[in-house]
Amino acid sequence: MIRLFANANYDFIKWRRVAFSLTGGIMLIGAIFLATRGLNYSIEFTGGTSVQFEVAHRVETGKIRAALDQVGLRGADIYNFGSDTSYQVRARLGANASEGDAGTQAVADSVARALDQSVGQGQYQIAQRQSVGPKVGRELQGKALLAILVSFLVTLIYLAVRFEWRFGLAAVVATAHDIVATIAFISVMHLEVSLVVVGAVLTVVGYSLNDTIIIFDRVRENLRKYRRQNLYEILNLSINETLPRSVLTHGTTIATTLSLLILGGEVIRPFAWVMSFGIFTGTFSSIYIAAPVLLWIEKRWPGEDARGARAFGSRPATTPSAPAAPAMSSQPRTPQPTR
Amino acid sequence: MDKRIRNRLWIIVGLVGLSVGSLVPRNTKQRVIDRETGRMKDTTVRRLPINLGLDLQGGIHLALEVDQSKGPVPDCADAIQRAEKVVRTRIDEFGTTEPVVQIQGRCRLIVELAGEKDPARAKSIVQRTAFLEFRITDMKGLFKDALPQIDAGLRKAGVKARGANAPSAVAQLFGGDTTKAARDSAAEANTPGVLSSLLFQGQLPGEFLVPEEQWPLVDSLMNRPDVTSLIPRGMELRWGAQSESRGARAYRALYAVEARPIITGEELVKASARRDPVTNGSVVTFQLSHRGARKFSDETARHIGDYMAIILDGRVQGQPPVIRSQIGANGQIELGSKPLQEASDLALVLRAGALPAPLTIVDERAISATLGADSIHDAVIAGVVGVVLVIVIMVGYYRMSGALAVAALTLYCLFTLAGLAMFGFTLTLPGLAGFVLSIGIAVDANVLIFERIREELVHGKSLRLAVDDGFLHAMNAIVDSNVSTILTALILYAVGTGPVQGFAITLIIGIVASMISAIFVVKTLFLMWLNRRPDMVTLSI
Repeated sequence: MIRLFANANYDFIKWRRVAFSLTGGIMLIGAIFLATRGLNYSIEFTGGTSVQFEVAHRVETGKIRAALDQVGLRGADIYNFGSDTSYQVRARLGANASEGDAGTQAVADSVARALDQSVGQGQYQIAQRQSVGPKVGRELQGKALLAILVSFLVTLIYLAVRFEWRFGLAAVVATAHDIVATIAFISVMHLEVSLVVVGAVLTVVGYSLNDTIIIFDRVRENLRKYRRQNLYEILNLSINETLPRSVLTHGTTIATTLSLLILGGEVIRPFAWVMSFGIFTGTFSSIYIAAPVLLWIEKRWPGEDARGARAFGSRPATTPSAPAAPAMSSQPRTPQPTR
Repeated sequence: MDKRIRNRLWIIVGLVGLSVGSLVPRNTKQRVIDRETGRMKDTTVRRLPINLGLDLQGGIHLALEVDQSKGPVPDCADAIQRAEKVVRTRIDEFGTTEPVVQIQGRCRLIVELAGEKDPARAKSIVQRTAFLEFRITDMKGLFKDALPQIDAGLRKAGVKARGANAPSAVAQLFGGDTTKAARDSAAEANTPGVLSSLLFQGQLPGEFLVPEEQWPLVDSLMNRPDVTSLIPRGMELRWGAQSESRGARAYRALYAVEARPIITGEELVKASARRDPVTNGSVVTFQLSHRGARKFSDETARHIGDYMAIILDGRVQGQPPVIRSQIGANGQIELGSKPLQEASDLALVLRAGALPAPLTIVDERAISATLGADSIHDAVIAGVVGVVLVIVIMVGYYRMSGALAVAALTLYCLFTLAGLAMFGFTLTLPGLAGFVLSIGIAVDANVLIFERIREELVHGKSLRLAVDDGFLHAMNAIVDSNVSTILTALILYAVGTGPVQGFAITLIIGIVASMISAIFVVKTLFLMWLNRRPDMVTLSI
C-alpha cells in the first residue's frame, strides 16, 4: 500500500510564532487593501443595474466606455465576461436617479443607447439585465454576520458538550481567523462579493470547523491514552497522526474545487476562488491556529480536572524538535501487506 | 450469507428503491399556454421530479416590497398578504408553467416566472392595482335564455360540439351525480348545442359549472366576437377564481353577472373575519365609506333576495352570497358552517381590493435561459472532472477499499438527488456547486475510516478486528465534524435568503447522504468482502 506521511513526526507547534507572523502579515495586507480599495461589492449590495451583452464582433472596451460616458453613465464598470465578445456593464444608480424601477429602466436604456452608438444596432444582444435596490444586499450583510455569530455560539455549545469549553473556544478562534483571512483574500484578489460568494465564505466556516474537529478528536483520544505526556507533545502527535487523512481529504477536495475553478465557468469562478483559498486557510488554521491557541488557553486557564492539570504542564520535558511518539515507535509492527 | 449482512443489504436495497422511486419521471400537471387561444390550459407532462431553479432554467425573478416612501405602512405583513392574494389571482396571466409566488420573511413578496422573457410585462401584471367590485348575478336567467341563440350562431359559424355523446344541454346538478343528470337532459334535447352542452346549471341563478378540462375550450368560445355580440346587453361572464370539486370531478364556476357593479373596492373601508357568537358560524364583516354606504343601501334595497358576486380582478371569489336585507355602512357576509379560514380568505380579498398595497420592486433579475444552460454545462463538466479526480485518487491510494468507497459514492449521488426530489427542493447554481463540493466532503469520511483501519493493522490487529475497530474509532470524528457542519448549514438556511438557502439545503442533504453511504454502505461492502474471502491475510487498503 501507498502510505503518505505514515509515522510522520514533525514538530508543527514549534512553528507557531512563524505561523502567527505569517498570517498576521496576510491580514495586515488585507486590512490595507480593505482600507484603501474596500470590497468589490456586487450589484446586489450596491444597487444599480448590470447589463450583460454579447457583440457579434470584437469591440474595443475603450469605445464602449466612451459611449457610456457620453450617455451619462460615468464610471461604469465594464468587464469581459468569459469570452472576448461577451461583456458585462455595471452601473450604479446616479445620485439623482430614483431608486428601483424607474432608475433601473433609465440605466438600461442608456446602456442600450450607448451600444447603438458604439457597436451598432442589431450587432449586439443583451443576455441578462439585472436591477436591484441595495436593500437585498444590505440585509444579507447583516444576516450573514448574524448567521456567523449564531453559528459560533452553537459551535461553542456543541463542542463544550462533546469536548470541553477550551476546545470550543480554540475552534471558534481558528474559524474566526479563517473568515478574516478569507475576506482579506477577497479584498486582495478584488473578487466580486455576491450572494454566492457570501455563501462560499460561510461554507469555509463549516469546512474549517470540520477539519479542526477531526484533529481535536484525536487530541481528545490521545489525552486519555497517553497520560504521561504534556499537551504540547499530544498536539504534535495528534496532528502527525491525522496527517495522512488531512493530505488525502484536502487533496480530493482541492481537486474538486480546482476543477470548479478552472472548468466551472465564469459564473461560479469567484465562488471557486473563495472555496479554494478557504480550504487552504482552513487546513492551515486547524494546525497552526487552533492547536497553539488551545495550548495557550490551557496555559492561561489550566484545566481543573485531574487529566487537565496533568496534561497542561509548561514546556515539554524532551526537546521540542524531537517529541516522543512512543505509541508509534515502540509497537511491534506487522509485516507490511503489499499488493 | 451472514444474517447481519443480509439485513444490511435489505436496508440498502430499500433505500435505493426509495431513491429510484422518487426519481422516476412522473406525470405532473403543468399549466402552459394554448397556442390556439393564447390562454392557459393544463397539460400533463412526464418529467424528472427535480425542480430547476430560475438561475438554471432562465426567467424572471422579482422581489417586491410594500412602498413605504410615501409614508409608513402600519401593517406591512397584512399589506403583503393582500398583494400576494392579488398576484395569485392573476397567476394565469403570467403565462409560465410554474409561477412561484411566495411571501418571504414578513414584508417581501417573491415572484419567480420561469421561462418568461419580458420583464416589463411581468412587472405590469404584478404592480397593477387590484380592482374589486360587487355585481348582481343574472337573476332573470337572461344568459340562459340566450344560450340556444348562441349555440345556433356557433353552429352557423361551423363550430361543432365535441364528440357525439357529449353530455348535452343545460343540466341540473344535484350533488355529484352529473352523469345521470346529463343523460336525463340529453334525452330532453336531442340536438346538443355547442356551448350549452358544456355548461351545467349551478345552484344559484346565473351560476354554471364547467368541467375543469373543458374550461379553456369554453373560455375560447366565450371570447369569440360572434358570441360576445349575442350575450344579452348588460350581462357579462366571469370565471370563478378556483376550481371546485363536486363529487369526483373538478368544475370551474362561470357566472353571468350584470355588467354594472353596484359598488367597487374604493368604497370599502375595512373587512375582517370573525366567528358569530350566537350562531357560531364564520362571518366576514365589512365597513363602507360614507358615499359607498348610501349607494349600497339603495342598491341592496332593490336587490333583496338576489345573489351578489364578489369579483377581484375579473375573477369571482367564492360563492356569491345572497342579499338578505338592506345594508348600510356596516355589512356582514355569513358563511355558515364553513371554516373560519375561508372567512379570513374572503376578508383578505375584500381588503386586497379596498386598500391596494403599493408595491416597489427591490430586486429584479432577468436571466436568459442560454446563460443558464451554459452554467449547467460548465458546472456539469467541472463536476464530472472533479468526480474522476476523486476516483483516481481514491482507487490509486486505497486500491480495492478505494473502489468500494467509489461504489458507495454512486449511491451517495443517488441519495442526494432523491433527497432533493423527495422534499421538493429546487436545484440552483450554488446548490449545484455545493453538490460537487460535498462529493469531496463525502470522501472524507471514508478517508478517516481507511486511515483508522490502516493504523489498527499497523498495531497488529487481525483483519476483521481492524476493520471493526477502524469504523468504530473513526465514528467520533465523523459524527462530531458532520454534526457541527449540519448545525452551521441549518443556521445558514434559517437566516439566509434564496441562493444561500439553496446551498445550505444541498449541503445538509449531501452530508446526511454521505453518512449513510460512507459509513453504512461501505461497512456492508467490507463485511461482504471479508465474508467471501475468509482466508484473506492482507487487506487491499
